Amino acid sequence: MKNVVVEINNIAMTYHSLEGETEAIRNIDLDIYEGEIVGIVGPSGCGKSTLLSIIAGLIKPTSGTVLIKGQKVSKSNRNIGYMFQKDQLLEWRNILQNVVLGLEIQGKLSSQHYEKAKNLLNNYGLGDFIYSYPSQLSGGMRQRVALIRTLILEPDFLLLDEPFSALDYQTRLAIADEIGVILKREGKTALLVTHDIAEAISLCDRIVILSKRPAIVKEIIDIELTCPEGRCTPLGRREAPEFRFYFNKIWKELDIHV
Amino acid sequence: MSKNNMSKEHKNYLTSIKKRNKTILITQIAVLILGLILWEIAAHFKWIDTFLTSYPSQIWRLFINYTKNGNLFHHIGISVFETVIGFMGGTLLGFVVAIGLWWSKFWARVFDPYLVMLNSLPKTALAPIIIIWVGAGYSGIIVTAISVSIIVTIMNMYESFVSVDEDLIKLLNTFGATKFQILKKVVLPSSIPALINTLKINIGLSWVGVIVGEFLVSKAGIGYLIVYGGQVFKLDLVMMSVFILAIISVLMYRIVAIIENKFNRW
Ligand SMILES: Nc1ncnc2c1ncn2[C@@H]1O[C@H](COP(=O)(O)OP(=O)(O)O)[C@@H](O)[C@H]1O
Ligand SMILES: [Mg+2]
Repeated sequence: MKNVVVEINNIAMTYHSLEGETEAIRNIDLDIYEGEIVGIVGPSGCGKSTLLSIIAGLIKPTSGTVLIKGQKVSKSNRNIGYMFQKDQLLEWRNILQNVVLGLEIQGKLSSQHYEKAKNLLNNYGLGDFIYSYPSQLSGGMRQRVALIRTLILEPDFLLLDEPFSALDYQTRLAIADEIGVILKREGKTALLVTHDIAEAISLCDRIVILSKRPAIVKEIIDIELTCPEGRCTPLGRREAPEFRFYFNKIWKELDIHV
Repeated sequence: MSKNNMSKEHKNYLTSIKKRNKTILITQIAVLILGLILWEIAAHFKWIDTFLTSYPSQIWRLFINYTKNGNLFHHIGISVFETVIGFMGGTLLGFVVAIGLWWSKFWARVFDPYLVMLNSLPKTALAPIIIIWVGAGYSGIIVTAISVSIIVTIMNMYESFVSVDEDLIKLLNTFGATKFQILKKVVLPSSIPALINTLKINIGLSWVGVIVGEFLVSKAGIGYLIVYGGQVFKLDLVMMSVFILAIISVLMYRIVAIIENKFNRW
């Protein structure tokens, strides 16, 4: 058995406000293993972003615990990469300065890190844009910069909250493919929230289906796709014969009524 | 695109745009000159009462006189000084208070109704009180100018501080950022456009404060010239002062616009 990176034990979360209380998550129990990409799908407003914030230690759950590499998440020990729907690049910083933002805040920035940042940017096809400003880059390139900003911190694992949904369809396919390949190559562990079923199947090793609010785990599906050797990229996986089967299964489970 | 491989249509397009801009500028100048000429002619043929309106050549002669004996620069200097200090004071103090309100949600809520009330109050109504409290000299006028611009500054800047994307703050938190780092790295830089807008608004507001202050108490300054000219019915003096006021305000606005361009890199 592989090592567990994240243990989510009986998480529940209720928000309180003057208008009343919102039970966002009833009970979620989930282990995430090293090197796997786990997808989370569920109706909008069911508590997916809330779950990610809890895992990152940004908000405290009403009950339950989260362990990362056996330790409770806290402000001091967390080393988690987070990507959002918007790339959240700072417009007044050039690409290099954006990439090193996390290191700068943690007071770790050194000339070696600048070299490392430049190498990463070169490797991911952004070598010509090191000193450009975010506004000069396309949406897909910006999201790639956001990924590098995350990876340079060498996080134990990554939380991806609908990272591609702000992009147009074609860019989205290309960037999802690219980022999927990078995550696998670097052996990263990740939790990916998406509302795109096909995207989830093409990128993930397992998919967790959440119920509508208050969220519980409805089902966990292991994705096993047969794809030709060397073509097992997210785009290649879309051509696997089992793809349709998984798509229909998840679609039925999500039980979407319009 | 480089200049050499520009197509002919594009060249024509550019020249036509340039031509149009030039025509607009020329027309703008022509409107001004025509207005002045009409005013002069109307005065000359007594279509208007020059006692009430004065006329361009008379205003010009007065201007030359005032510049020659140096009086004018004395008055302008005093008003500009009061305005610049009031402007910087109001902006700076407002900025600091806005940071404080961003820092403490509690105090932001406590002060919210007071800010709303002060914002809707015409600040010039406070001028007599301020001048009695602070004194009838420059300081009273400067404080009046500050009081006019500070509330708007607080409200605009606070609004901008709290409008920073929540996910961005979340991101900084995952990096382990302190509140001070969030302020310095994200909140302040992303509020520069709001700050520049506030600067532009505050130029006008500071002048309002200074002129009102000078109306009330001063012995020198552009506001003093206007009040004095009005009292002794020297309308040429009033008109000249207003023209000078307009020109200086535009100049100050241009300075802020230059600062703005410096930040327009991104
Ligand atoms: N800070 C908050 N205060 C109160 N309710 C909240 C807060 N954040 C989210 N919620 C509510 O919790 C539910 C889950 O939200 P969220 O986790 O953002 O859903 P999802 O990401 O799955 O779309 C929603 O009904 C939302 O309105
Ligand atoms: Mg969400």
